[in-house]
Amino acid sequence: MSYLPNTDAERAKMLAAIGVNNIKDLFVHIPQEVQDAADFSSLTDSLDDMTLQRKLITMSSNAADLNSNACFLGAGIYDHYIPPVVGAVCNRSEFYTAYTPYQPEVSQGVLQSIYEFQSLITRLTGMDVSNASMYDGATALAEAVIMSCDLTKRRTVVLPANLHPSLRSVVETYLEPLGIAIRTAAQNPVTGVTEIDTLTEEDACIVLQQPNFHGVIEDLGAAVAAAKLVGAQTVVSVDPMSLGILETPGALGVDIVVGEGQGLGCFPAFGGPLLGLFACKKEYIRRIPGRIVGGSVDTSGRRAYTMTLRTREQDIRRDTATSNICTNQALFALAATVYLSVMGTQGFKQASTLCLQKSHYLAARLADAGLPQRFSGPFFKEFVITCPAPVVDINKALLEKKMIGGLPLPDAPNDMLVCVTEQRTKEELDSFVDVLASFVKGEVA
Amino acid sequence: MSNIPADLLYSKSHEWVRVDGDTVTIGITDHAQEELGDVVYASLPTVGRVLSAEDVFGTVESVKAVSDLYSPLSGEVVEVNSALEDDQTAINGDPYGAAWMLKLRLTDASQLSALMNADAYRTEIGE
Repeated sequence: MSYLPNTDAERAKMLAAIGVNNIKDLFVHIPQEVQDAADFSSLTDSLDDMTLQRKLITMSSNAADLNSNACFLGAGIYDHYIPPVVGAVCNRSEFYTAYTPYQPEVSQGVLQSIYEFQSLITRLTGMDVSNASMYDGATALAEAVIMSCDLTKRRTVVLPANLHPSLRSVVETYLEPLGIAIRTAAQNPVTGVTEIDTLTEEDACIVLQQPNFHGVIEDLGAAVAAAKLVGAQTVVSVDPMSLGILETPGALGVDIVVGEGQGLGCFPAFGGPLLGLFACKKEYIRRIPGRIVGGSVDTSGRRAYTMTLRTREQDIRRDTATSNICTNQALFALAATVYLSVMGTQGFKQASTLCLQKSHYLAARLADAGLPQRFSGPFFKEFVITCPAPVVDINKALLEKKMIGGLPLPDAPNDMLVCVTEQRTKEELDSFVDVLASFVKGEVA
Repeated sequence: MSNIPADLLYSKSHEWVRVDGDTVTIGITDHAQEELGDVVYASLPTVGRVLSAEDVFGTVESVKAVSDLYSPLSGEVVEVNSALEDDQTAINGDPYGAAWMLKLRLTDASQLSALMNADAYRTEIGE
């Protein structure tokens, strides 16, 4: 077999088949400003190993990484602390190199880790059952909405206006071919919470994001009560970190809880890979998507683990399966398992509380500096401030001071979604205020 | 030899039908439960669902396989044996009695003539 997988002629043939002229054309969908962010011009078609390595190290050193910059950017991917033991366990080759390790004869370790993961997620969410994880929080939400339609035999779902745009986009992609209609619940412009008084008996479920895209904490109990009145379900996409201090969705009567689990011991990386969480009431277990590991006994009566309720899945049920996912996000589920185990109940609660306290400290200091919050509703670790200048300009000034600023909101370029995790120090928070205050005072043109 | 009561009608997909006026009771046959093995789960439709003949009305899952259940007749589901969703053992133990699955109000009684009697069903399953 030749070392080069494709000849020039084969490449030309493949490019012609899909109607593009060259390899570069495959990347035109990447926004120009992102393409321009790094200069790749010194990377010629071929370089020797040493030169290439040196050039790449130089180029990557220009990137603003989270070790040398204080991160105030969140919006779904979070800079939470990862204890070193997470990497030590996850990098063991038994876990790191194995693929689809579900055979009970040879994979008791992996199966047990998944079982522990499920147990931890049910405890965290207050739900009865959890699956073995999914690709990410967005696909988990889409699957939850579809499951709710299956369970209720209804074909309309209600999404909140303040749902993360990426979550909404993925849900729309999943629902469109199924012919499931989407209605949108308005956001109260003052408090930032979702208005949930518009449900009808056509609606399969109301979805809430907790906290919502703007960081505001939703009233899940009110949503559950409103949904019950019309026989609809409540689906919540939760930031698991908030569950260190917030009441569990299970205790509030939520039917299906999903979430992005990246904050639980997984690297932000470049926005992925991620970890989808999926938990629900026990009565829905036959409709749950994805893998589930159950506890059993082996032929000698010893505790053993094996996949269970397999007949929901596509490799057995084909087109009547509950979902087309036949895998899980095993390595990151393991990271979350190790993370939650090493943090413990107390440590996790402390990390959660620190997010709350530090973000509220920053919000108060910013308000004092003349940067009010856009919404009055309660928040956990993220909040929106209205700035006196476009957020992209402010973020350039922040980056000069080794800080990564918050997200400019799609609908308001002067509004910044600020995120504060337990990792931010008082010095960093105060420096952040200093930079923003200089814009308020007009010191920065 | 399977138990094939003479007073019932049968479908090729191994459901039995008991006729009572314009309402029929449906379940799966003794032969079907024998072939499936121990049934561990049954999923049945909700009351009010309108079925056409040959529609899938539910599934049974045994230790060996998952099988779809087909409605032999068209009609509206007027009653469902929801006890089966919690305890499936009757499907193996008493397929023609406690394991009845649903009652349909027929919309087309002429479809009954397409079903088999006990003798025809016994021939169908090769006994």
